[in-house]
Amino acid sequence: MRRTLAIAALLFAASAQAETPRDFLTRFEKEAGAAASAERGARFFTSKQGGEWSCASCHTDKPTQAGRHAKTDKPITPLAPATNAERFTDAAKVDKWFRRNCNDTLNRICSAQEKADVMAWLLAQK
Amino acid sequence: MKTLIALPALLVFLALPAHADNYSVPKNAAFEEECTSCHMAFPPQMLHADSWRAMMNGLSKHFGTDASLDEKRRAAITDFLVANANGRKTGTTRDAAGNPLLRITETARFEKKHSEISAATFKRASIKSPANCTACHRQAAAGDYNERSINIPK
Ligand code: HEC
Ligand code: HEC
Ligand code: HEC
Repeated sequence: MRRTLAIAALLFAASAQAETPRDFLTRFEKEAGAAASAERGARFFTSKQGGEWSCASCHTDKPTQAGRHAKTDKPITPLAPATNAERFTDAAKVDKWFRRNCNDTLNRICSAQEKADVMAWLLAQK
Repeated sequence: MKTLIALPALLVFLALPAHADNYSVPKNAAFEEECTSCHMAFPPQMLHADSWRAMMNGLSKHFGTDASLDEKRRAAITDFLVANANGRKTGTTRDAAGNPLLRITETARFEKKHSEISAATFKRASIKSPANCTACHRQAAAGDYNERSINIPK
């Protein structure tokens, strides 16, 4: 029990530090217990799954480019780390937007595997 | 000497009318980070405190999107909105049954100021929604809704 607490504390401390996009891929793969697939990530990102929107509705299917909010029209800077160095550097921000955007597109939160796949695909965009 | 005194007075006078219509949003880091990512900053002055409280109690279902926040942030932003609510020309922000309205665009003051704009205009692809203030008010993000910076896109 004590050891689990210590590990949890360590993980927490680690997540409070600035992170790199690769760290998120590692974290989601570990949580999923399986390797990511960029190909699956691409399909997930660009197709609607019951809801009104897909991820691409706001982020476009070329996430190296800027997108637009599907409802408000406000410009959104690119999601791919290759063209936007601010992306995937803050765990609280990443978790918050995965929670919100998955809810909006799927009506549920995303699984660790889905997040890992999306990360792998975004990292492959150059 | 007299002109030296009169000049500042004149400048203050000239600045007044513009200032009265200025809805610039007071600086607040949490509001800026959390409430301007999906749309421009809607001025806290344009709704009453009750309306802001009601909106901030339903962020997970915010006009068709999930805008949920952690409790600390939610409380801090609510305090900021409430403290800056109720500008001097806000008018009522309740519906006929007395419930707080959540949209600025549903208030009587908004309807009065935009009575000449048709529903079809608001639906144009270049505008999309009455809530898209910046489509017509080019300087809205800076709190400027003056007539001279209005340009209704085709
Ligand atoms: C309705 C529009 C919309 C949809 C649909 C949408 N997003 Fe977003 N997303 C946003 C906005 C707005 C932001 C925050 C604005 C910003 O940071 O520029 C954002 C930010 C993010 C971030 C934050 C990244 C960071 O570190 O800054 C991630 C991750 C993300 N979105 C992933 C997704 C995924 C995955 C999907 C599909 C499940 C999705 N989004 C669907 C609008 C949307
Ligand atoms: C996840 C995206 C998102 C976030 C974050 C968000 N909003 Fe919104 N908001 C929307 C959408 C979408 C609409 C509806 C726009 C429309 O109808 O065209 C909206 C509408 C509004 C309106 C009503 C506009 C009108 O019609 O008069 C207000 C006021 C508002 N938001 C305030 C806030 C405040 C305050 C925050 C911060 C706590 C916030 N929003 C955060 C997406 C968001
Ligand atoms: C379709 C274009 C359009 C949109 C969208 C729009 N407005 Fe306006 N607005 C106008 C026009 C045109 C006027 C001037 C009306 C007049 O003076 O006859 C105006 C007037 C106003 C005024 C009064 C300004 C003054 O000097 O008296 C305010 C305040 C205002 N708008 C706020 C808003 C807000 C807030 C939003 C978004 C929630 C918004 N408007 C969206 C076109 C628009």
